[in-house]
Amino acid sequence: MSDTPATAQPPETEIDLAAAEALLGTDTSRFRHDYLEVRGLRVEFDGFVAVRDVDLTVTQGDLRFLIGPNGAGKTTLIDAVTGLVRATGSVAFGRTELLGRSTHRIARAGVGRTFQTASVFEELTVLQNLDIAAGARRRPLTLLRRRRGTPEAVEHALETVGLTALRDVPAGVLAHGQKQWLEIGMLLVQDAHLLLLDEPVAGMTHAEREETGQLLRRIGSQRVVVVVEHDMEFLRSFADSVTVMHQGRVLAEGTVNEVQNDPAVVEVYLGAPAGPATTEGDLP
Amino acid sequence: MTVLTALLRPGRARTLAAFALAAALLLLAPAVLSPFRLDLLAKFLCLAMVAVGIGLAWGRGGLLTLGQGVYFGLGAYLMAMHLKLADAGPGGVPDFMLLYGTGQVPGWWEPLRSPVSAILLVLLVPAALAALLGWAVFTRRVRGAYFAILSQALAAAFAILLIGQQQTTGGTNGLNGFRAFFGYDLADPVNKQMLYLIAAGVLLVMVAVVRWLTVSRFGELLVAVRDQEDRVRFLGYDPALVKVVAYVVAAVMAAVGGALFVPIAGIISPADVGVVPSIGFLIGVAIGGRATLLGPVLGSIAVSWAQTSISEQFPSGWIYFQGALFILVIAFLPGGLASVAGKLRRRRAAAPPGEAAPGDAAPDAGPGPELVPERSPA
Ligand SMILES: Nc1ncnc2c1ncn2[C@@H]1O[C@H](COP(=O)(O)OP(=O)(O)O)[C@@H](O)[C@H]1O
Ligand SMILES: [Mg+2]
Repeated sequence: MSDTPATAQPPETEIDLAAAEALLGTDTSRFRHDYLEVRGLRVEFDGFVAVRDVDLTVTQGDLRFLIGPNGAGKTTLIDAVTGLVRATGSVAFGRTELLGRSTHRIARAGVGRTFQTASVFEELTVLQNLDIAAGARRRPLTLLRRRRGTPEAVEHALETVGLTALRDVPAGVLAHGQKQWLEIGMLLVQDAHLLLLDEPVAGMTHAEREETGQLLRRIGSQRVVVVVEHDMEFLRSFADSVTVMHQGRVLAEGTVNEVQNDPAVVEVYLGAPAGPATTEGDLP
Repeated sequence: MTVLTALLRPGRARTLAAFALAAALLLLAPAVLSPFRLDLLAKFLCLAMVAVGIGLAWGRGGLLTLGQGVYFGLGAYLMAMHLKLADAGPGGVPDFMLLYGTGQVPGWWEPLRSPVSAILLVLLVPAALAALLGWAVFTRRVRGAYFAILSQALAAAFAILLIGQQQTTGGTNGLNGFRAFFGYDLADPVNKQMLYLIAAGVLLVMVAVVRWLTVSRFGELLVAVRDQEDRVRFLGYDPALVKVVAYVVAAVMAAVGGALFVPIAGIISPADVGVVPSIGFLIGVAIGGRATLLGPVLGSIAVSWAQTSISEQFPSGWIYFQGALFILVIAFLPGGLASVAGKLRRRRAAAPPGEAAPGDAAPDAGPGPELVPERSPA
């Protein structure tokens, strides 16, 4: 083990799907019943309704993309599901009602999320970041001990997101894409079964997007995954299904093709017609 | 990882060396200092205990506690009450109560008569108050400046409360004139030296405890809570609980410092526990370097020493000096004096490019308390 990579130029990192297997498990029957069910969700900020009448059902194995113009309410929807903002209606994960619970209890029920701007613990090392993410279920007194060795799940996560060589580097010095991968790694060791990712590939290179997409697809086969993303090319490559939001409501839902040919969607995305011509996707 | 490589990690070796040096200096002091100076140093060590706790709560946990005087005062007054009861003559009534009060000992003083329960109360009362208060405040997500103001208001209220209780707490005069400490005559220089050694030993233990907490998983979590509280919450932890633990540890350390301060200084009064001393505690920590292990101790001792010297020359000058010092450190040296060494080393390492050893350029690559806040991204 060496202490030096902090200042050296970062080694090539790569997603390792094989390592993800060890974290996700192969026994699909155990998770067959995982699903997210949102009914009549409404979020209000001082009289301004940011999300209204939203119904949404996402099941395991259906990699769901959530799109919509800026201000459509996508982030607010995730905030409501994870307990960050007050909401009315119902949000159930499996048989567990999430609305009304505090954020950390929702997380313990198996819900994990990432943020639009990568938010990792910059002063802690990559390893420490993952170890904390893996630790919420540890008994309190074990926290008083020093970490010895690397927990198995953390080891697998390091390999999965290609950060093994950078494990002892403060997360703050990671490249932007690496931070986002670290966040995904944290969700994996956290053992989240519902993953809500807010623009996880924003700012990534084409190659990084491709690898992230593969990983998300792999995770999606065994977890309930909702991805907020603007990039149309990315969407076309990896989405199993798409929900389009507009002004706080669900505008359309279906496969990529169905949604792209939906007149209402086309109207909202005026100037971004459906078709292979659209490659880059910062939609209005 | 083997024991050998663990010991050879730069962070740990340096910490051990610094700790050993501090212990040696403290043990050497009785041989070279006059009894008067030694007494002064013992007093400074008690104040430094408060600083060690603040180093954990503020330096690691980001809790800007401007009211540690409350816990220092609780520990001090509880100890002082016990000493007064133990000193009392045949009637069992402390002298000042015979002078100013009804000549009757209030019921809430009685639990402090027994030495064992007095020691327990010194530890438990501040811990319980800090736990209650911390829980109420942190679950309501009061933080930053609001928490600082709240804690400072508490210190002010505590001092006012004490002043108002002339008959039971000695009012503005406080409690003083202690003759013995658990049976040991306080006029005997040998016993004074013993008190110094106790204070030095307790301080070293506290530093070791903070070091241990810092390198534990709890310490990592505490830093995580300080920097990204929401993120920690989304991982399934309750940040309020993490903060309460750090706050309680800091409170107990302050209380123990107060309890030992009483026999050493021979007096405790509202002036030692209010807003000004509470800010004073924090300044020592800020100057020494709040995020380092020994910074708070050194900073606190330096400030106490400066305060004593300056007050001798200019009786009312200290408070202005204190304020100016605080502003200077915050503005120009947010990492405290402890960060100067690291800054110089890095400057030296940066000057001749390619010559610096990797260990120098990245002195703190490993996990531990040496994480430098102002590290620039590579
Ligand atoms: N905390 C808040 N207070 C007031 N308005 C908010 C708040 N958060 C979001 N909004 C508003 O809610 C709407 C939806 O925002 P958001 O969910 O962030 O959109 P998206 O993620 O789809 O771009 C926007 O109009 C935004 O201004
Ligand atoms: Mg958004």
